[in-house]
Amino acid sequence: MSSHLNPLLHVENLSVDFEVGRKSLFSKPKLLHAITDVSFNLMPGETLGIVGESGCGKSTLGRAILNLVKISGGKVVLDGVDLGALSETELRKSRKDMQMIFQDPLASLNPRLNIKQIISEPLEIFFKELSKADIEKRVLEMMDVVGLSRSYINRYPHEFSGGQCQRIGIARAMIVRPKLLICDEAVSALDVSIQAQIVNLLMDLQKEFKTSIIFISHNLSVVRHISHRILVLYLGRMAELAEFSELYNHAHHPYTRALISAVPTPDPKISKEKKSTILMGDIPSPINPPSGCPFRTRCPKAQDLCAQVRPEFKDHGSNHFVACHFPD
Amino acid sequence: MLRLILNRILGAIPTLFVIIGISFFMIRMAPGGPFDQERQLPEEIIANLNKVYHLDEPLYQQFGRYLWGILQGDFGPSFQYKDHTVSELIFQGFPVSLKIGGIAIVLAAIIGIFLGTIAALRQNTRVDYLIMGFSMTGITIPSFVMAPLLSLVIGVYLRLLPVGGWGDLKHMVLPIIALTLPQIAYIARLTRGSMIEVLRSNYIRTAKAKGLPERVILARHALRGALLPVVSYLGPATAGIITGSVVIEKIFGIPGIGRFFVLGALNRDYTLVMGVVVFYGIIIILFNLIVDILYGILDPKVRYE
Repeated sequence: MSSHLNPLLHVENLSVDFEVGRKSLFSKPKLLHAITDVSFNLMPGETLGIVGESGCGKSTLGRAILNLVKISGGKVVLDGVDLGALSETELRKSRKDMQMIFQDPLASLNPRLNIKQIISEPLEIFFKELSKADIEKRVLEMMDVVGLSRSYINRYPHEFSGGQCQRIGIARAMIVRPKLLICDEAVSALDVSIQAQIVNLLMDLQKEFKTSIIFISHNLSVVRHISHRILVLYLGRMAELAEFSELYNHAHHPYTRALISAVPTPDPKISKEKKSTILMGDIPSPINPPSGCPFRTRCPKAQDLCAQVRPEFKDHGSNHFVACHFPD
Repeated sequence: MLRLILNRILGAIPTLFVIIGISFFMIRMAPGGPFDQERQLPEEIIANLNKVYHLDEPLYQQFGRYLWGILQGDFGPSFQYKDHTVSELIFQGFPVSLKIGGIAIVLAAIIGIFLGTIAALRQNTRVDYLIMGFSMTGITIPSFVMAPLLSLVIGVYLRLLPVGGWGDLKHMVLPIIALTLPQIAYIARLTRGSMIEVLRSNYIRTAKAKGLPERVILARHALRGALLPVVSYLGPATAGIITGSVVIEKIFGIPGIGRFFVLGALNRDYTLVMGVVVFYGIIIILFNLIVDILYGILDPKVRYE
């Protein structure tokens, strides 16, 4: 990505804390640090993959960017506008430019509205000047784009398969031509073959509409298919950020290496030769994160320094950022 | 839709038959009879009365006669109110009960759904606690406490409204309030519960992410789903409330149909009890049918083929 362009999305030191385990009215609530100090830029038309194991804050990050959860620190700037400074109404209006696709395709669609109502609703809200006929025309065109037969227009969500529901969700999100699309585990609930179809559809849409995509997934093999750059999160902090091939071939962070080695290889010969790093233990609690490097409790290379000083997230050349004292 | 209605009406016939059968034999199994009085009537008069009302025939014959009457729309004469047929009594009292009950349940639905929605939106805040506290009070205070309290405070102390009687609008206010309060309370609780559940669902999150204004999210996405349990409660509740409440009618002196349930049973007024039970059965079946139709409209997953 060339640096002379202005980024579409600028995330700076974004943090999200949740209050948990409040025992009584008077005790101080504990804070769960879901996201801490996340910063990155997203260029127009770029896809950023966000990976990490469950509970590492991927989904919270997606929602925090859209201001769907309360942000505790930092800021999100979309197209030059600081979303945190907007009023409730202005924020709502700016949602035209940022849409989201959710994990559970069926549950994310209102079971009481038919496809036409679901897909056309954003148009009715954001393009009040459109006539009914125009709206219907656009809905039908969008259905063509996402590969839904026009004859389905009056059907209800429960009459569709998971893959079709996700296509409806994509049509619903893309019909307002958002500049930013956040896919939160958008394909994890689907069959592998359907996953590929949906990912390809997203890539086609991106080419057509020049949308920037943030693709959140725990599945590295899906993410690498679609992403230009990949951000690895661990315990709500950035572990590594690099272009996809750079990250895949020269991962510096031990956590990223473990993630990559866990991706199954279709060829059993390679699979046997491949030395896989298996992570022991569970992800630590985000309520009491480890001192120093958050990954040190499970890191094969952890030393005393890792417990004392938190590693900085810094550039190791060719836009490859790592937060590790002893990168590979 | 027409076929659904037709099917239901046909399906109601065996139900009604069972209701009629059970209540017919049960009321006759109860000790005592319609002409028992403190002073024993002469044998001949009792025999005469029994003959006039066909009580001297064997039970199966009486049952057959009764069924035949119902088929012709005739519920027979009342044993107690000697100048009236049961049909006359029901159709004198029912419009009164229907008026009060109908207004009460409509008010209760509107206010209850409104309060419940507010409580759900402000979950675990003071507003929520206030509404739910009011609601709990409304449910726990029985009507035989609420109604006299209302007439005592508003009717006797404040002299704002008459304590009883029937005639114009001002007579209806207190009984309607007494009928409405517990219903509001119940409906508000139901609405709050299902609304909270719906508001947490994924498709509401989608609606928020779409950028819809809150009022559209509520009206278009949340309310329809949240109303399903309320609708299924409203069916039988409406049937119950428009067929009158003995307590309320007694306390406010309203000539409704509710008192006949109790009076008929106490007086062993066989035909009156039967008439009221069958009538109530028909109303219940009717409102359940309405609920089913509303379900089909509110929830596309429910389709009647």
